[in-house]
Amino acid sequence: MLQKMYDWIDERLDITPIWRDIADHEVPEHVNPAHHFSAFVYCFGGLTFFVTVIQVLSGMFLTMYYVPDIVNAWESVKYLQTQVAHGQIVRGMHHWGASVVIVMIFLHTLRVFFQGAYKKPRELNWIVGVLLFFVMLGLGFTGYLLPWDNKAFFATQVGLEIAESVPFIGGDLKTLLAGDPEIVGAKTLARFFAIHVFFLPAALFALMGAHFIMIRRQGISGPL
Amino acid sequence: MADKKNQVSRRQFLNYTLTGVGGFMGAAMIAPMVGFAVDPLLKGEKDTDYVYVMDVNEITNEPQRKTFQVDQVDGWYESKVDRTAWVYKDENDEILALSPVCTHLGCTVDWNSNQDFPNEFYCPCHDGRYDKNGVNIPGTPPTEPLHSYDFQIQDGKLMLGKAKARKGA
Ligand code: HEM
Ligand code: FES
Repeated sequence: MLQKMYDWIDERLDITPIWRDIADHEVPEHVNPAHHFSAFVYCFGGLTFFVTVIQVLSGMFLTMYYVPDIVNAWESVKYLQTQVAHGQIVRGMHHWGASVVIVMIFLHTLRVFFQGAYKKPRELNWIVGVLLFFVMLGLGFTGYLLPWDNKAFFATQVGLEIAESVPFIGGDLKTLLAGDPEIVGAKTLARFFAIHVFFLPAALFALMGAHFIMIRRQGISGPL
Repeated sequence: MADKKNQVSRRQFLNYTLTGVGGFMGAAMIAPMVGFAVDPLLKGEKDTDYVYVMDVNEITNEPQRKTFQVDQVDGWYESKVDRTAWVYKDENDEILALSPVCTHLGCTVDWNSNQDFPNEFYCPCHDGRYDKNGVNIPGTPPTEPLHSYDFQIQDGKLMLGKAKARKGA
């Protein structure tokens, strides 16, 4: 049945070469944990991607109930966590996933570093990877404020003061982030939400695209 | 071994198990999110409180427009919202409390407001009309009678609940 549907479409549109080009590659022996168990270190990139997918999906669903407004944010989070079906699980996935994704991206970076996989011709992909790491940190920082509880508020307060300690531009940087020179409040929450769910995910997708295209062109680095 | 008929090759076995395990993990990931999204469908109807509207001895044969407030819990937002009822006694001296929401497309009907159609409930949106019992007049857009509020009488006080479609009206 599925095979027939596939054949029907393939006959008309010739889609096989498209997905083969993306997905059909031999896994080199040196990255296959079935040959050398130590090759599990090559999994961390994929695991980072997997957790990122969970973050994006669970985040999209959270926005069905979450409101970025200082009067209602906390109540809406409490409602979605305690009253909505599986709310605790969906928020839990996003909450814990936010930490797991940082761990995974870090392990992936360690592998690339200690194997020297960043060397010529892969310098550009190292740079893209570092940018991806910063975007992840940004998502973690902006997301952390969203529940608008005390922990969120004071963590952001501290984060903003760190930004303020930057020489020369620190003051402006803080105002730009918080939306106000003094208050951490309504404007801060609204822009952190916008940055968290629109701006940084857009940057994330663009960088991930670049990351994967480069891997496709250059292939995985050879055995040590 | 692979040349024996009906035997599963190593490749097929791996394909099936990987698809199965992967599918199971994917489903376990997606299922809570789907439940989360369709939660409004899973929530049952809330039971309504009955709210004091007027004293029974003030009810006349002429429909009176009465507004009252009900507590509304809208997710994490709680508020009081206004409701309106047309309250009167019909020919059999039965109390009726009709909802002003037109059964065509939900505009608000008024009593005796159109000179051309005296003693009728009239909806200005598409000329919907209802007779004094709130029953829709054939040939006008509404398809069913005005809904009526459930009511209780306690110590001579009229208490209204939820507006529902009328059976048999
Ligand atoms: C790698 C990507 C992401 C990371 C690291 C991340 C991180 C976070 C963190 C740390 C929180 C606070 C969670 C809590 O305290 O419970 C949060 C909350 C939130 N995130 Fe994300 N996020 C990511 C992607 C997304 C995306 C793509 C969206 C939406 C399109 C999203 C929507 C939300 C919403 C609505 C909240 C507030 C709800 C809550 O606090 O439970 N996130 N995020
Ligand atoms: S909404 Fe009342 S007649 Fe159409």
